[in-house]
Amino acid sequence: MTGEALLEIQGLCVDYGLGPDAVHAVDGADLVLHRGEALGLAGESGSGKSTLAMAATRLLRPPGVITGGDVRLHSDNGAVVDLLEADFAGLRVLRWSQVSLVLQSAMNALNPVFTIRAQLTDALTAHLPQLSKRDRLARAVELLEMVGISGDRLGSHPHELSGGMRQRVMIAMALALRPQVVIMDEPTTALDVVTQREILEELKELRDQFGFAILFITHDLSLLIEIADSIAVMYAGRLVERAPAASLFKAPRHPYTLGLLSSFPPLHGPRIPMTGIPGSPPDLRQLPSGCVFHPRCRFAFDRCAAEAPPLVTIGTGGSRLVACWQQAPDRPVPAEIAAPEPDQQLLPLTTAPAQKETTPVTGAASAATAAAAEHGSPA
Amino acid sequence: MAIGIGTDHAADRTLEPGTASSPWPPRRSRVLRLPRSAKMLSGLGILTFFLLWAIIGPFVAPYSPDQTFANSAVPLPPSGAHLLGTTALQQDVLSQLLVGGGSTILVSLIAGVIATMLSVAIGVSAGYLGGLADDLLSMLANIFLVLPALPLLIILFGFLGHSGSNNELVVGLIIAVTGWAFGARVLRAQTLSLRNRDYVDSARIIGESRLRIIATEILPNLTPVVATSFLFTTLYGVGTYTALAFLDLVNPNWSWGGMLFYGQLSNAEVAGYWWWFVPPGLAVALLGSSLALLNFGIDEFINPRLRAAGLARRAGRREWARARRRPEIGLTPVIRSAGGGHDG
Amino acid sequence: MRTLARRLAFYLVTAFIAVSLDFFIPRLIPGNPVDAVLAKMQGVTITKATINALELQFGVGTKASLWAQYTHFWGNLLHGNLGVSVSNGFAPVSTVIRGALPWTLGLVGFATLISWLLGTLIGALVAWRRGSWLDNLLPVTTFFQAAPYFFLAFLALDLFSTKLGWFPSGQGHSNLDFPAFNWTYLSDVLDHAVLPALTIVVASAAGWIVTMRNVMLTTMDEDYVLIAAAKGLPKSRVVWYAARNAILPSVSGFSLAIGFIVSGALLTEIVFSYPGLGLLLVDAVGDNDYALLQGLFLIITFAVLAANLIADFVYVFLDPRTRQEA
Repeated sequence: MTGEALLEIQGLCVDYGLGPDAVHAVDGADLVLHRGEALGLAGESGSGKSTLAMAATRLLRPPGVITGGDVRLHSDNGAVVDLLEADFAGLRVLRWSQVSLVLQSAMNALNPVFTIRAQLTDALTAHLPQLSKRDRLARAVELLEMVGISGDRLGSHPHELSGGMRQRVMIAMALALRPQVVIMDEPTTALDVVTQREILEELKELRDQFGFAILFITHDLSLLIEIADSIAVMYAGRLVERAPAASLFKAPRHPYTLGLLSSFPPLHGPRIPMTGIPGSPPDLRQLPSGCVFHPRCRFAFDRCAAEAPPLVTIGTGGSRLVACWQQAPDRPVPAEIAAPEPDQQLLPLTTAPAQKETTPVTGAASAATAAAAEHGSPA
Repeated sequence: MAIGIGTDHAADRTLEPGTASSPWPPRRSRVLRLPRSAKMLSGLGILTFFLLWAIIGPFVAPYSPDQTFANSAVPLPPSGAHLLGTTALQQDVLSQLLVGGGSTILVSLIAGVIATMLSVAIGVSAGYLGGLADDLLSMLANIFLVLPALPLLIILFGFLGHSGSNNELVVGLIIAVTGWAFGARVLRAQTLSLRNRDYVDSARIIGESRLRIIATEILPNLTPVVATSFLFTTLYGVGTYTALAFLDLVNPNWSWGGMLFYGQLSNAEVAGYWWWFVPPGLAVALLGSSLALLNFGIDEFINPRLRAAGLARRAGRREWARARRRPEIGLTPVIRSAGGGHDG
Repeated sequence: MRTLARRLAFYLVTAFIAVSLDFFIPRLIPGNPVDAVLAKMQGVTITKATINALELQFGVGTKASLWAQYTHFWGNLLHGNLGVSVSNGFAPVSTVIRGALPWTLGLVGFATLISWLLGTLIGALVAWRRGSWLDNLLPVTTFFQAAPYFFLAFLALDLFSTKLGWFPSGQGHSNLDFPAFNWTYLSDVLDHAVLPALTIVVASAAGWIVTMRNVMLTTMDEDYVLIAAAKGLPKSRVVWYAARNAILPSVSGFSLAIGFIVSGALLTEIVFSYPGLGLLLVDAVGDNDYALLQGLFLIITFAVLAANLIADFVYVFLDPRTRQEA
């Protein structure tokens, strides 16, 4: 959408376990995250969205195995890194400085026996060894205040903070090295709605300020209205649709997306009947033939059971992808999934972030610029 | 619900068989599906062997363990007549070994059974009743837990003298009294968490009596823990009984510990009479190991993380070995040969 | 702080109960303990006063009420009077114990510490490198955990002393040395301590290894370990993130284990004729020296309670979650 490609995932296949009992969690996923873009990755539990993101960064826990595909990261110094070929040392350099992570439960993601200070500064120590202790502390204070927490909480331990504060600390922690991409896996799901909204607002501000890309993984589509530029939908380990956020909400092209959208009621406007999606998600060990969604799809016809539809670009602009035989050019498209594209200006979404001349920090090279960045950049 | 593949971080992290996501009580069938792991099978095998030993041993022994053969002044090494040699008193070691198994196993089992009954009664009551009863019973358990068992048993048996200490039942009972506390604590913790489950609440609302709730809803789900507790206490019984026999505080009817006592009396270890002390010590160690192995097996069954580690090791082991990778945090392996057969 | 105060109170209550048990057991067991003592002392002249003292100690044939005896017992205890030891020439029990205590404290304390450190280290390693050959260590440790301490002591003596002659065959020091703070004496003491310490370490390390391994496996699945790896921290730090948390159950488990370890260590001392409390114990049993037995029970129990308290302190230090003031 904005800027060039930052993280390119092509045909990624991820299994849990090896041998005949392996579960195919992700099957041929294609996803591109652009510089500065907020991409929402939506789907039910078990759809493979977390698996996809974790596998792409080689952080998937055992028994996860990557069995195919390509993942390329466009580092900010121009180099393109093949994440699947990199070794531990190569990955270490990129981690946190290019790609960072925010997880769902901060209570579990923050080490209970270490102080906030230690957890904010350890990445700095690992990636910027030339920083003095005082500078590291200063940076830690800066990070906390950036998310609205007073610097004197540095000495606290995670259990002494409230849930919302902990999540903010996680976000601050994730931004410590000014990464290009922040992967957020259900970052607000464990919070109450009021705190959820606060966190989302804060995220938007931070994004406006620093211009990082977000991969926002969630099962809650309504959150994505707030923050996403584009949305990709996954089902049973496959990408089924990708579109700019407004287009997805107003004019979904895949029956599953349609079902998801009609699963939660809007708070305003006329009453519409909630239909939901009949049936339940498939057992990943015994997937349906052809299109994995066809048993639950009200538009399914004979081709759907026979062949799996590829993810293709539709419409003009090249920003809409869908994997559905109903969208094939040789057929009339059912009205429900052929709504007209919305006028992009009418919807209040996050605007493309202003291009900020950040000096992103990398591990190995440009130590001097890093030091300059640390001292010179505004909070 | 989709088959959980670990992507949902809110997935259950508890250690019990009945998971938090389901309000329905897990049925007994879950308990019977014991995994056939190497640990469990070997443990079971060795234990069965010892049980047979205890029963058949005295009949198979070539001589009476008390019978002396006035051949030599020093213990004799293994020979044709005495397969495991003789003691300082010229008694046959093998016979003592075969006969001695019985009391050890009997006392340990008695101790295990009684201690388990005590820990179930006290632990489950404390966990279920809560309040003052819980406080008092927990305090009692903690006291017994922290008091060192062997010194207490030593003065108990020391004062008891040889009059009461040759009855296996009494010995087992006294050992049980010092060994129930650990199981009680574990059972209390499990009962506490089970007590708050929905199905227990609904039983309470319907008005079922407390005893019935405990018997039908809580106890069946505690079975793996009770089994572990039983094995652990029996193991404790083996070690403690052998130690007591080693100190000559008890000696009903020949025991392995007793053999070690006499061995020590004659400085068998210093003089190198290995055939006298190695067999009984080895027997105790093997018996204990079998109980511990069984315990590991059940532990793996209860704790899903350990089970996953074990299962993951077993399933696809050939493939993992072929890939020559070891699972590592932060370095998800890329094994392209395993892919294929995917479409799109 | 509040947790520690509660623990201290608990230990005091337990100590109180231990003393009470010590008082009541001789009186509840059938038979006359004094007769049993005298039976073992044929050919030794005993004064009437001593017999009186023994009867008072065990509550035999006295006209004093149970409560009076109880308070008297407590009074004696608080003055450090634990009675007389008949198997040690009627020396005061407290003196006898005081002579042997340093040996036991030194050996057991040192060996337990080494065992804990080694065990948790190996356990963490086995868990971290799961799926490697290290997993095969586990059945071996099971065997050593099940083998009685004194049996391992036998093996150690037979192998390393009798057969290989590397270490002396028992006792705390050669008879020729006089206790003094010079190197000859100290090295001699160390020389004699190696085998007993080795036995205790081998016998008890297995428990720590298994505990640490199991907890590490669970801990490594925690999100904060994943984040540590995601941060690009060096592998050693990621392990530390996990281990620093996984060690907590091993510290709290220390309280449970110390009782067993001390018991096993006492038995080991017996095999090695080490001049500690273990040797006193076995002699007291043999001679029906009940006063000494009672005293030993108290001292050993107090030592275990003290060790528990120290472990509790360490736990609060290591786990900030316990420091929360309500």
